[in-house]
Amino acid sequence: MSKHTFSIGGVHPHDSKISRECAIEQLPLAPVVYLQLSQHIGAPAKPIVAVGDKVKVGQPIAEPGGFVSAFIHSSVSGTVKSIAPRPDLAGNPQMCIEIAVEGDEWAEGIDLSDTLVTEIPEDDKAIIEKIRLAGVVGLGGATFPTHVKLSPPPGSKCEMVIINGCECEPYLTSDFRVLLEKGEQMVVGAAILSKVMGNVPCTIAIEVNKPEAIAHIQEIIGKLGYKGISVMPMKMRYPQGSEKQLIDAVMHRQVGSGALPISVGAVVQNVGTALAVYDAVQKNKPLVDNVLSVTGECFPHQANLQVRVGTPIKYIIDYLGGMPEDAVKVISGGPMMGRAIANLEASTLKGTSAILFLTAKQTLRAPETACIRCGKCAGACPMGLEPFLLYRYAKVNDLEALEQNAAQDCIECGCCLYSCPAHIPLLDNIRQAKGAVLGAIRARAAAAKAAAEAATVTPSAAEGSKK
Amino acid sequence: MVKIIIWTIAVVTVLGLVLALVLYLVAKRFKVEEDPRIDEVEKAMPGANCGGCGFAGCRAFAEAAVKAPNLDNNFCPVGGNETMAKVAQILGYEVKEKAPMVAVVRCNGTCQARPRINNYDGYASCKVKAALYSGDTGCSYGCLGCGDCVNACQFGALSMDPETGLPVVDQEKCTACGACVKACPKHIIELRPKGPRGMRVFVSCVNRDKGPVAKKACANACIGCGICAKTCTKEAIVIEGNVAYIDPAKCKLCRECEAMCPTGAIHGVGFPKPLDKDAVKARIKERQLKEKEAKDE
Repeated sequence: MSKHTFSIGGVHPHDSKISRECAIEQLPLAPVVYLQLSQHIGAPAKPIVAVGDKVKVGQPIAEPGGFVSAFIHSSVSGTVKSIAPRPDLAGNPQMCIEIAVEGDEWAEGIDLSDTLVTEIPEDDKAIIEKIRLAGVVGLGGATFPTHVKLSPPPGSKCEMVIINGCECEPYLTSDFRVLLEKGEQMVVGAAILSKVMGNVPCTIAIEVNKPEAIAHIQEIIGKLGYKGISVMPMKMRYPQGSEKQLIDAVMHRQVGSGALPISVGAVVQNVGTALAVYDAVQKNKPLVDNVLSVTGECFPHQANLQVRVGTPIKYIIDYLGGMPEDAVKVISGGPMMGRAIANLEASTLKGTSAILFLTAKQTLRAPETACIRCGKCAGACPMGLEPFLLYRYAKVNDLEALEQNAAQDCIECGCCLYSCPAHIPLLDNIRQAKGAVLGAIRARAAAAKAAAEAATVTPSAAEGSKK
Repeated sequence: MVKIIIWTIAVVTVLGLVLALVLYLVAKRFKVEEDPRIDEVEKAMPGANCGGCGFAGCRAFAEAAVKAPNLDNNFCPVGGNETMAKVAQILGYEVKEKAPMVAVVRCNGTCQARPRINNYDGYASCKVKAALYSGDTGCSYGCLGCGDCVNACQFGALSMDPETGLPVVDQEKCTACGACVKACPKHIIELRPKGPRGMRVFVSCVNRDKGPVAKKACANACIGCGICAKTCTKEAIVIEGNVAYIDPAKCKLCRECEAMCPTGAIHGVGFPKPLDKDAVKARIKERQLKEKEAKDE
């Protein structure tokens, strides 16, 4: 048994990977898709098509709206019907490009064959540009634009690329199926990533509840003869797939508060992202589809589906036989960090990893009782925070105290809530407070920047008047 | 034995006297000069310590009021003009009378008008709910119904109406301290002038969606059609971002907008008689005809 895991906190929920035996299946095209302009962290993309335009699969339809932003490509071929706000998974209006599907015609230059291309292009800059043009974002959940992550700020040096195949969230099996069925492509993608970062060693971290995947990937690495790539079996522990926790587990280095992983020489990419990088660099195929698990004990037709980005959730559910009768909650993502879907008419995003059905019994929240000061939440917090304290400050909205106690470092993993024997809604309140603290920090930074600019303008203006 | 008792009494007495002297000298040396008027002003305050004036409590307000050159920026919304007159008397300032304010809830998406499209079973707090998603109805602007405003109110002026699912303001108890305005994550509650004899007209909706979208989500939504703005002869109504807003300073309480609103989003409260829509509509029609004739001539 492997002993590799992160040093503090964490919990061990039952892994419930009930859809692990379901091979990846191609979902038939939906009659209409809605591509949200904001499906990554950073500025929303700007549309570059107009209503009535004919588009092909893989054709860019929106360009980045800033440095931290990404291209969005049409995931289907057809006609642009509208560019208007539509309620997203949470019901909030978001700009969407609506495309009515006509046939399945791909844009030129995309290699759709199954042949494995192992030769990696020489030029690193060209590779990153290809990744940028393909609209690849981190598919582990945060959807951070990958090309930004691969362009570290000057002065920082990458020492290791970690490929995150932990999939520590219960129920999710999409990464596991990718490792089993598209392992070769994924490994080549990992090799590309390690080359771009300066031929650094690459570790593929896989939890021990996926022994087939560990053996399979080890075999592929041997077959393809990559020296720098290795597989590290990890002890099962949630939230191992979180970036900072994984760096701690693999490299035994801790990323400071507010710092980026590159500050300790690490770049973490998800298995799905590595596959998307392979598709983008070797096959010229932009990020137009991803694999997601549709699962849950009450759902009879479990599946791992390859789904075009922007497919309506309702279409996916209907394809698999409709809503199970006893399901009361549909969740996008896993049970720990996923969010309940408020609007089934909404569409999948690049980062959607699962659709999970839960019954009334599974979602039941026991009544809240008084805190008994057991400290289990503080013990479970993988970021070393004190959830019971943050909860109290959040209740009285004391932003200063929240910031001093690092509420902004909360990764919203839910370990505190999971471990609390008094069923206190810790995360619910801390998440809300974290948003307020981050808002205050941003406002302060903007004010400081404005003040600095005013200070630099004034002396030069004074000089000008002297002259 | 007696000796010990005598010694003890003597030592304790001497020690007490010496320490009293030290305390007296320290108090004399480090005496904080405080304006006696601060205490007087504090006594005149309502003592709710609600923070509605923008200060931490009544004492902090009194300190600020004594220091300030006039009372223009300091006003106790709870005590109102009466308290401020007392404060002004103590400090020898002049006080400008402010119109009494009251909190109004700008959402009339009742359970009947605004069907629930999903069930929220999370933590019952509007703030938490708003951070998670748009809410359990199709309207992403309206009241979330968890009662953060009710919890924020120190004066018991707010309560949730179980029938409509919306908060109700008791205008007798409301002191316009603004705690509910700050507590509402959807910025639905507004402080408006109470109006003459408590009569006021306001738009009870903040939905900025386009008309058809708003209408689909809620039958009582303001759809930004602009009929009210066209009807108003005082130019008191502006349509901004698909929602109407009535400027209380310009409104003359004629209630014509209320009669004309196709969705019933405009509310008049405090009026002695219920609104006779047909009579008002007839009046408007007559006036418009006359205007048209005058134009033609």
